Amino acid sequence: MKNHVLRPLWASLAIVALVLLVRSVVVPKDFGIHGNRPDGKNFTFTFHRLGAIDDWKKFKVKYRGKQYCEECHEEKVAENMSSKHRIIQCENCHGPAIDHPDNPETLAIDRSRDLCLRCHADLPYPGSHRGDLPAIDPEEHNPGEACADCHNPHNPNLEDME
Amino acid sequence: MSCSRRDFLRRSIKGGIAASLPLSAFKFLSPAQAKSLVRESGLRWVFLVDTTKCVGCGLCVKACKLENEVPYDVPVTRTWVERYVVTKDGKFHADSPMGGRDGFTEQKIDEQEIPPEEIAKAFFVPKLCNQCENPACVQVCPVGATFQTPEGVVLVDRTWCIGCAYCIMACPYGARFFHPVYRVAEKCTFCYHRISKGMKTACVQACPFGARQIGNFKDENDPVTKTILTQRVAVLKDEYGTKPQVYYIGLDSNVR
Repeated sequence: MKNHVLRPLWASLAIVALVLLVRSVVVPKDFGIHGNRPDGKNFTFTFHRLGAIDDWKKFKVKYRGKQYCEECHEEKVAENMSSKHRIIQCENCHGPAIDHPDNPETLAIDRSRDLCLRCHADLPYPGSHRGDLPAIDPEEHNPGEACADCHNPHNPNLEDME
Repeated sequence: MSCSRRDFLRRSIKGGIAASLPLSAFKFLSPAQAKSLVRESGLRWVFLVDTTKCVGCGLCVKACKLENEVPYDVPVTRTWVERYVVTKDGKFHADSPMGGRDGFTEQKIDEQEIPPEEIAKAFFVPKLCNQCENPACVQVCPVGATFQTPEGVVLVDRTWCIGCAYCIMACPYGARFFHPVYRVAEKCTFCYHRISKGMKTACVQACPFGARQIGNFKDENDPVTKTILTQRVAVLKDEYGTKPQVYYIGLDSNVR
């Protein structure tokens, strides 16, 4: 056959070979179908790089939970656990512990009213648990003052108020 | 063509038997289907939201953003809380300022003051990725950067995502967004790094009222599974056929 007919054929075959070569280098070896769905739609939903699962598992945990705080701050946790505020995690107000006390060395002590108002600003909402919580109108109840000046956030019991 | 009586009878009987076989006898299982009949993952993460318990404190949103390194002051979030106020004249108002990150502390909704006596019902609805059984976002990904894990969680491979945002468009729940730092699609992972270590998700741990719960749907004794199977629960946008796996108690028809 004539050269001008074959030349485009060789050229296109070379391009295909090049694409396959580049693909074998660029696409990770663990890329493929990793699913086991009962409906068999594994290509549609489970076609991925297997290592991506481990990448997400390695993500850093930052919120450690009340038990972690209790290891050192036993008294504070005990005081808190005897009050109505026992349902609140320490880290909700103090921020994530991450690797405290190494990193960060200290956690924030947030005395802002906004933190308390998240639950205790009066919203008359029937059909929501919000309406059952003790609530104040922030514009009338000692505006400008820190709630923690009078109320103990670890134990907010009004009878125990100093 | 010649055909003896004996041949004719033989062929008729064979033909009759073949015709009487049900079509399903010829259905071949794909290797994956056959495998799944033998060995299935013993885990399927599901989420349960009790909207009657939510008070709109937004501590879940705050915890999620800090746990998952979602830029705090950018209006994008993996989980958010919506407020719904239905007035006695039948109108409904909804808002979610900054996804409810700082809680709901004012009665004003969308710059509008609604007198308490006009409120017929009002409530909060926490939302997050539904980790659908048939995730539309995964179907549309052109590069295989988002996928479903064997436990049913939908993840994004940050090294592989090209940021085309097809998935953000495809999600009927608006649960995906563009991560402003990594420049890839971003979504709730059910705190995959926590649940795979036996911990609760950051939002579940942060919720003081137990409005959010996570469980294993393949464990019959899991309290979440028991509730889903025995109580009245609903899912969002069932009609899309995505089979969402976040179940709601006390869902209202105004919630979409």
